[in-house]
Amino acid sequence: MEESGVIKKFLYVNRRAPYGSIYALESLEVVLIGAAFEQDVSLAFIDDGVYQLKKNQATDGIGMKNFSPTYNALGDYDISKIYVDKDSLEERGLTLDDLMNLTWEDENDNYAKKPSISLVNSEELAALMEQQDVVLSF
Amino acid sequence: MKLGIMVSEGPYQHQASDSAYNFTKAALEKGHEIFRVFFYHDGVNNATRLTVPPQDDRNVVNRWSELSKQYDLDLVVCIAAAQRRGLLDENEAKRNGKDANNIAEGFRISGLGQLIEAGIQAERLVVFGD
Repeated sequence: MEESGVIKKFLYVNRRAPYGSIYALESLEVVLIGAAFEQDVSLAFIDDGVYQLKKNQATDGIGMKNFSPTYNALGDYDISKIYVDKDSLEERGLTLDDLMNLTWEDENDNYAKKPSISLVNSEELAALMEQQDVVLSF
Repeated sequence: MKLGIMVSEGPYQHQASDSAYNFTKAALEKGHEIFRVFFYHDGVNNATRLTVPPQDDRNVVNRWSELSKQYDLDLVVCIAAAQRRGLLDENEAKRNGKDANNIAEGFRISGLGQLIEAGIQAERLVVFGD
């Protein structure tokens, strides 16, 4: 789709647990479709949204599809800026090690695999939001 | 100013659609341009013409249809979200072998790219949700 070369900064803010409501899944659908528009995309995970990136999700017991492997594909869509709110993780007894190891390949560094997730505090998150053209909240 | 609007919650259940409607109407009356209103999540339910609210209550769906007619407003319903929730236009009903459609006048069903495009084209994208 032709958008006459406009590149805007898009931030997708994910605030809810992966299951229990459809917001997380439908947010991911927007992110994946949006990737085709070649905008400057960042993702933020705050509050219960941090659970979306939890390792080893198992959904058999609730009869829902485990869509968490899809987050691993974000790197292939050139989405390499994933910010996780440190306080939200800590409040839930989680650390970075509990999250999936999401990576992207840096074409300027011999396609080295680099981690996509950065932990940020609330001041850094606020600054990140301030920089955006479009903030979509899920 | 050129604005994009996103509605993420259903009618009556949540005030998001009322707020989005009031905001959109006020913006149009002030002479602003609304590039598009995009309905996502349960917001797609704002587009069913089969709602029958009590007579002494507002008609959320018809209100959007009327605003669309008056201002040639582009009301777009996300196809993926709509299909999950049983919101179909004539083409989609036929394509999916369903015996009815329920989309209200003034709404059209399209893809998520329409939301991203609204984000790119509009000076501000205003999200009404929970």
